[in-house]
This record gives sequence, structure tokens and C-alpha cells, in this order.
Amino acid sequence: MAYSEKVIDHYNNPRNVGTLNKDSKFVGTGLVGAPECGDVMRLQIEVGEDNVITDAKFKTFGCGSAIASSSLATEWLKGKTIDEALSIDNMDIVEELALPPVKIHCSVLAEDAIKSAINDYRVKNGLEAIVLEKSHH
Amino acid sequence: MKQPIYLDNNATTPLDPRVLEAMLPYFTEKFGNAASRNHAFGWVAEEGVDYAREQVAKLIGCTEKEIIFTSGATEADNLAIKGVFEMYKEKGNHIITAVTEHKAVLDTCKHLEKNGARVTYLGVKEDGLIDLAELEAAMTPETILVSIMYGNNEIGVIQPVKEIAAIAHKHGALFMTDATQAVGKIPVDVNADGIDLMAFSAHKMYGPKGVGVLYVRRKNPRVKVTAQMDGGGHERGMRSGTLNVPGIVGLGKACELCRLEMESESVRLAALRDKLESTLSKMEESYVNGNTQHRLPHVANISFKYVEGEGLMMAMSDLAVSSGSACTSASLEPSYVLKSLGLSDDLAHSSIRYGLGRFTTEEEIDKAIEVTQKAVNHLRELSPLWEMFKEGIDLSKIEWAEH
Repeated sequence: MAYSEKVIDHYNNPRNVGTLNKDSKFVGTGLVGAPECGDVMRLQIEVGEDNVITDAKFKTFGCGSAIASSSLATEWLKGKTIDEALSIDNMDIVEELALPPVKIHCSVLAEDAIKSAINDYRVKNGLEAIVLEKSHH
Repeated sequence: MKQPIYLDNNATTPLDPRVLEAMLPYFTEKFGNAASRNHAFGWVAEEGVDYAREQVAKLIGCTEKEIIFTSGATEADNLAIKGVFEMYKEKGNHIITAVTEHKAVLDTCKHLEKNGARVTYLGVKEDGLIDLAELEAAMTPETILVSIMYGNNEIGVIQPVKEIAAIAHKHGALFMTDATQAVGKIPVDVNADGIDLMAFSAHKMYGPKGVGVLYVRRKNPRVKVTAQMDGGGHERGMRSGTLNVPGIVGLGKACELCRLEMESESVRLAALRDKLESTLSKMEESYVNGNTQHRLPHVANISFKYVEGEGLMMAMSDLAVSSGSACTSASLEPSYVLKSLGLSDDLAHSSIRYGLGRFTTEEEIDKAIEVTQKAVNHLRELSPLWEMFKEGIDLSKIEWAEH
């Protein structure tokens, strides 16, 4: 399968690879996917004043599209408020990376990772978790 | 674009220039139909086919009359299994095969199950070999065919065909083998091995695509298969259709070259394969899949834990290899062959198959080692699983959200 230039760019030069302190109350961590399915994403956000995301990091086990989707997600998250971040839709990722239909699940996983990280942050800070729609894989 | 290093010779091999040279006249001046009996064009084509038949027969130790030319190994597998099932249905309806067979065998068996066949799919041990005691126990008076491949396409293990044939014959069944990966690479002799039917193709041994062989034994016992294609009665009535003369001539030449060069070539390939494998398996958390004693000289299948195969292949775009992982929405399933060895799904997803060939050089193997090491290290830095492993977290204890 031929990958788009943007996927290749994110794959070769992944943005924001790394680990934030998952025990910090300013950090939300989302770990989604499963090794036996061939992809696992860990996405972390650090939230500052006014609910603005000041930092985002990821690590992903998966194919090129999965790595690119999570790399792109961290780029988009930085500087956004949590509410803005919640509105990131997997189809935005599909469009930006020109993912083919067989790779749409990679973008869904990235969206799940964002929401899961936000929920982790919310719960840590005494807020209710947002009920997530069950995504379709 | 710079061409990647080709290490996928189990998928297909490049055509040897000497084979191409032998084929070329049969596209142009020697274009005749080998079945045209009444003019020189036909005779010349027939001569080319007859000579190829001799070259093929010599490689596998049979007679020319036992060679049925087909469009490839898939057709030969279909013809053998369906043909035996139809021809011998009065004797019985039971077929024995193994879970690691190629889809051309497995799906043919599944098709026959809909038509009244009873099929036993033997499992394999963790080294990829079948258990002979299990085979023996599965034999029944209704068993008409045992179909077990010679060398496996993903992990390269060689099944104990001689012993399998003996068990099949002891119980009055025929023994068929898909030898696509073995013929031309290691000595295969249908008489010494006790093979009754054998399928293989030209394009895995530096011949052209679109041509293959079904060997059908004519003596002790005389084996017959019901034709699956009706028409002009070519190939002793077992496979109708105008012969692919240039393809057959190429197949013949390819067989001859393999016969002459096999002895030195298999030693050369095994040395290169061993260099690749021993270096890469020294990397942390990397595992060689399949039996390392009984196997083809040119295949290495290695799992690099905590990195995903398709992602890994992308990082190794300088190499043309193949992975046991297929990350598509249609199939998130890792290789069924690797799973049948008892590999966990994540390890099967992390596997790479290196298939060496006649044109592989030591320089290319050195490069392949370097590219692989770099790619695995790069992806492990990106892998949350690697990080967790390094922190001593037991990944099997985590509740993953399966999707």
C-alpha cells in the first residue's frame, strides 16, 4: 500500500514522542488498543491554566498510519483547550493524512486516545468522566 | 526511485536471464500450438514442450509422462485434491491435511467439505512440524488422501515427507505434497520420498509466472485424477487447454538450472541466511520462528517483540520483505501459520520473513541487517509496549480494550 506524503513525514519525523509523568494531576493519560490487534496508542496531555493543553506526548505500537495519526493528534492538541480538544473528530485526521479506507480505524483509535486522556485528567481532578460514544471499528 | 533490496523470494523470484533467453524464440518464430500435429510449427513447439518435460522430470526423478503442466501451483493443488476426491470417492471421502498449508490446499479442502468430504486438519508442534503419531491416529479406512506441504512458505520448515508418505501408504491412502517452496531449492525425489502427487510452480525458482506442474504417479500405484477443466484432452486428458509453450520452456530451463546449481547454491544461501538470522536474533527480545534444523536454506522468519510488523516494514523501505501482520480493517488477523505454532497474536504481528534468492549478495544481507536493527530500535523508542516492558510491567496482566 502506498502511504501519503504526510503519513510518511509523521512516520519518519514523529512529533512529540515521549512520556509525561502519569502520576501528576496535571497530566491525563489515554492508553487504547490492544497488542493482539496490532495497535496500541498511549497519548498524554498536560493541562495548564484555563484548561489549556500545554504539552502532549505519544508512543504508539502499530502501523505507519497509526503512528502518524497519534503524532498528528499531539500536534493538534497543544494550545487547545480541553473543550476544543474534545471536538477533534477522527475524520479530520483521515482527511489531513489522506488515510485510505482500510486505515480509518487508526484515526478512530487516535480520537479514542484523546478522549481517554481527557477523561483521565478529568477524573483525577474530581470531574466526571465524559460518556464516550462506542466507536465503530 | 532507488529499488529496495529484494528479500521476498518466497513470494516470487526474478526470472533468470538464461531462462528468458530460452523462452524468447517461443514467443516469436516458434509460436506454434504444441497440439498441431500436421505441420512444422506444431512439431517445433511440441519439441520444446517435450524437452521441458525431460528437464522437469530429471529434477524430481520421475518420467516425462508423469508431468501435467498447469497454470501454476494453485491450479495443480486444486487438480490434485479435487481430482483425487472425485476419482476415488467410491473408496472413501476422508482427506488429511495440516493447518499450516497454503490457502490453495486449505480452501480447496474447505470447498470439498461442502461436497461431502470429511477433512482432518492436523495441528503442528511449536516448531511447525506435524506430529506423525497424530497423523497415524487420524488415518481411517475411508482416508483417500494425505496432503502435507514439503516446505512451508512462511517459516521454511520441511515436513518429514518420507515418513508421512509411508504412513499414508500403510493405510492405503495416496500422498500428495505442495512442494512449491522446496522443488529447485533442495533435493526432491518423488520415488525416494514416496510422493504420489506433487504441485509446484516455475516462478518460485527463477522461471516465469503462470506455469506450474502437477506430478501424477503412473506406477506403484498408477494414480488418476478427474480433470477439472474440460476441453481438448491435453496432458493425457487431465488438463485441457492449449499449452503455454514459452512458459513451459522457461519452466524446463529453470528446473535444469536449479538441478545443476542447487548443491552449491543451497550452501551459499544457508550461510547468508545464518549470518542474517544469528545477528538479528542477538537483538533483545527477538525470536526465530519455526524449526531451525529441518528447513529450507533460504528463509528466515523472525519476530521482534514490541514492534508491529507493518510499521516495521515501513521503516525498512529499503528492503522488500514480508510481514506476518496485516493491519487492515478487512483483516486484523496475524498470520495463521505463526499462530498455529502457538505464537501469541502480538508476537505474530511482530514478525518479518526474509526470503533470500539466487541474486542475493552478502553485501545486501549486511545492509538488511543494518536496516533492520535501525528500524527495530527506532520503533521501540516509539513503542509504549517496549517502555512498559522495560519498566517491568507484565503486559499480559493489562486489560486491553480490544477493538
